[in-house]
Amino acid sequence: MAETNAHTHIQNKPAIDHANPLARTLHAKLDYDQLTNCMRCGFCLPACPTFRETGVEPESPRGRIALMKAVADGLMDPDQAFQDQMNHCLGCRACEPVCPADVKYGQLIEQARDAIEDHAEHSAPVSGLRKLIFKGVFPHRSRLRLLGKSIAFYQKSGLRSLARGSGVMKLLPKSVREMERILPDASGQGVIERLGTVYPAKGEPIARVALFRGCVMDVLFAETNVNTVKLLSEAGFEVVIPREQACCGALHAHAGEMEQARDLARRNLEAFKDAGISYIVSNAGGCGALLVEYDHLLSEDPAYREPAREFSDRVIDVSRLLVERGRLPSFADEEANAANPVTITYQDSCHLRNVMRSSDAPRQLMKQVANVTFTEMCEADRCCGSAGIYNITQPEMAGQVLEHKMENARDTQARYLLTSNPGCLLQMKLGVEKHGNGSPMEVKHVVDFLYERIAGGGTSGKP
Amino acid sequence: MLDATLTMKLRQIVGEKHFRDDKEARVAHSYDGTPMLQSLPDGVIYPGSTDEVSAIMKALSEYGVPVVSRGSGSNLCGGTVPVEGGVVMVMHRMNRLLEVDLENLTATVQPGMITAAFTAHVEALGLFYPPDPSSMKISTIGGNIAECSGGLRGLKYGTTKDYVIGLEAVLASGEVIRTGGKLMKDVAGYDLTKLLVGSEGTLAVITEATLKLVPPPASKKTMLAMFKDLYGAARTVSRIIEMRIIPATLEFMDNPTIRVVDDFAKLGLPLDMEAILLIEQDGDPETVERDIERIREICEAEKADRIDVAETREQAEKLLTARRSAFTALARLRPTTILEDATVPRSRIADMVLRINDIAQKYGVSIATFGHAGDGNLHPTATTDARDKEEIHRVEQAFEEIFEAAIELGGTITGEHGVGLVKAPFLEWKVGPAGIAVMRGIKQVFDPQNLLNPGKMFAKETRKRVVIDRG
Ligand SMILES: Cc1cc2nc3c(=O)[nH]c(=O)nc-3n(C[C@H](O)[C@H](O)[C@H](O)COP(=O)(O)OP(=O)(O)OC[C@H]3O[C@@H](n4cnc5c(N)ncnc54)[C@H](O)[C@@H]3O)c2cc1C
Ligand code: SF4
Ligand code: SF4
Repeated sequence: MAETNAHTHIQNKPAIDHANPLARTLHAKLDYDQLTNCMRCGFCLPACPTFRETGVEPESPRGRIALMKAVADGLMDPDQAFQDQMNHCLGCRACEPVCPADVKYGQLIEQARDAIEDHAEHSAPVSGLRKLIFKGVFPHRSRLRLLGKSIAFYQKSGLRSLARGSGVMKLLPKSVREMERILPDASGQGVIERLGTVYPAKGEPIARVALFRGCVMDVLFAETNVNTVKLLSEAGFEVVIPREQACCGALHAHAGEMEQARDLARRNLEAFKDAGISYIVSNAGGCGALLVEYDHLLSEDPAYREPAREFSDRVIDVSRLLVERGRLPSFADEEANAANPVTITYQDSCHLRNVMRSSDAPRQLMKQVANVTFTEMCEADRCCGSAGIYNITQPEMAGQVLEHKMENARDTQARYLLTSNPGCLLQMKLGVEKHGNGSPMEVKHVVDFLYERIAGGGTSGKP
Repeated sequence: MLDATLTMKLRQIVGEKHFRDDKEARVAHSYDGTPMLQSLPDGVIYPGSTDEVSAIMKALSEYGVPVVSRGSGSNLCGGTVPVEGGVVMVMHRMNRLLEVDLENLTATVQPGMITAAFTAHVEALGLFYPPDPSSMKISTIGGNIAECSGGLRGLKYGTTKDYVIGLEAVLASGEVIRTGGKLMKDVAGYDLTKLLVGSEGTLAVITEATLKLVPPPASKKTMLAMFKDLYGAARTVSRIIEMRIIPATLEFMDNPTIRVVDDFAKLGLPLDMEAILLIEQDGDPETVERDIERIREICEAEKADRIDVAETREQAEKLLTARRSAFTALARLRPTTILEDATVPRSRIADMVLRINDIAQKYGVSIATFGHAGDGNLHPTATTDARDKEEIHRVEQAFEEIFEAAIELGGTITGEHGVGLVKAPFLEWKVGPAGIAVMRGIKQVFDPQNLLNPGKMFAKETRKRVVIDRG
């Protein structure tokens, strides 16, 4: 019983020659300072959804950091259980704002996943799919657009009903099938195709800003992008949409494909370089969170370090920009009235809240709409379980988290459930479909909700 | 490695899912909130009931395997680091509130319940459970009892020991004992309830607790008094008590603490002050008004530079939250934060603060001090780096001298965090050889095989006392 049990004084990153190749990579990639900064106080435990669901230490931020450190220290091998545990984390980063020691958990988990990915032996179909998605589709606008068109074609042509009826869908994993049902109608026409690359401000321009249109956003939520531009214009901003911009790279970064994430980041730096803008506006918490961390992502790249810092400093969420700098039009729900207001509630986007640290701004906006009652949902700040592609890779945990979420949503009796990120939006739709018991609750992006409720139909931008 | 038949037995007792001996579980239960300590257990078990705990203890004692009871592992004395291996027994599954008795004003609770969840529950019923350690959002009631935790309200309301009136506990042999009850008086024999409170998992596994509740105070008022003169602040603490005012809270923060807390909680605290006192009084409104007024006068007499009385409850809550995050906010300065809780009679607070500063200077280490000044309970906190061995050595020397200074001023080596592993070598300084012998005797009766949290409380060797150089 004694082998390991002389209690150790923990020391410098040990110069261990790990026999296991993954251990070597982890040892090299994990930021040992961050691992040491975690003082194991446990303050992050109650914030963590996976700890809450399971109640066991390895499923907590403190536990995961301890596991990473144990690997770096040569105390354990990064076995399958270790890898699974790293993938079990939602990446919601709720553990960061509550951590008084300011441990950069998000960076640690990305480093761990990056290392795991370097050594991953995906089965042929999975690795093909990953390659197709991460290399083949997301980095390429045209292909994404084409994919959008084919999804739209699939949805509209009757192929969808054919597929649903034929049982072909049953061959896909349940989680993918569920997602397929709630996908909004895709569009082959993105925001630039509809509005061009420059959109003027209503009245005297307050500032010139750029829209980060996102990749998924611009295919599945092109309408939201359009509304974002128009809402910004109503509030007094001139909006440019640089054509060359690429996917933000968040999905890549979260899945451990760091090099590709860096490539995309560099492309975006180039795309926004000469746009002459004061802000880069994001309307998707998940994208914005990576954009504000480009400085960290490219910190080792001497040519891009400084431009990345300047870029990150300019990134802002649409709600925050509207609240802090905009000339807001007045909003009203014209189907309701003051005596019979319509109830709305809000689900925080984890990355908007925990990384971009914006949780007040969207609420302030929602509270300004006339004839609307804003009811705070219990634990609105807790992850909905969508977390990128988490609901596809970890369906069980995602399902549990979502079920709890929908209980809280139901308790608000809201007619509209609003959110600020496409992933959350899809997840909430899935939730309403699965657990809503036929409730009329509608899920919407805050921007769409607001734009549709500009008093007087959206031309009354008050100068 | 545990014996294979034993693991089989343990699995049978709690079910497959609730016993683990894989590397992941062992690593994740090898530490607690104490810096620089780590040691792997051989297994981790999650019991669901007193019967299971009893069966587990029978099995473990049959095989002579040690056990460490664990709540949330937030303690700061190495209390749940399994230095002799064995099994870590996590109490989280036993987290139910069994009863709130509104006639007797008691609550009966399982040990794994989170303190803050418990407090929220009783407060919703219009009752009050005063012990409020800063870690209450994560700590368990069982951990609070085993450490006899204190909090911001300790000065007026006492600490955990003043609220535990009955316990159910499992001995090393697996036998179950019950002590006390829903009784406000009970002198039937030795007070085993009080003995188990603060026993740090070395005497028995607590499986149920009956806690005393009190009516909540009708009103509260919170104020901040800021001083450019550190000695003035510390003297104010002693003066308030001397004037026979017992505030609910009387907390102290020195300048380095003010800086980091403000950086973390963004409260706009004045950064040029040497010390801040956070004072709260509660009770009926007139008394509160009168006391706050008198405290203000004392602060003024001691040359406070600024006195703010919180206007709203939110404002007050924010200040209290700031104090609660002091320890962890200090961790932002350097990678490693070592905090102790030397305690002195409250009339000696000023002397102790100055002694700490002198000692820090002597060893060239940075120590920020905050704490429950009204209780005489200070938290000198060293910010350092575990990787710098030479500096850590100086920090250790400084703390030894701080312990020595505390005892010299009539104080103790730990006021609320417990002895655990870290302070075991110093226990004898406080209680003397005869005291240690009595304690060892008690341990022997409860746990003859030394299976319950071995290595804690009693050190193999007592540290030689440093000779304080007052040159
Ligand atoms: C940021 C921070 C702030 C803190 N603030 C305070 C404070 O203000 N006041 C204060 O007093 N402490 C404080 N602490 C210390 C710590 O939180 C307390 O000691 C707390 O009571 C520990 O509870 P736990 O559930 O984490 O217990 P653990 O750390 O898991 O265990 C503590 C001890 O109790 C024993 N134990 C646990 N459960 C049982 C049981 N059921 N039966 C028998 N023994 C058991 C363990 O063996 C161990 O010896 C703080 C700690 C941190 C990290
Ligand atoms: S809150 Fe921060 S320092 Fe504390 S255990 Fe969690 S990650 Fe570590
Ligand atoms: S990112 Fe979210 S799921 Fe992952 S450890 Fe932090 S709080 Fe838990």
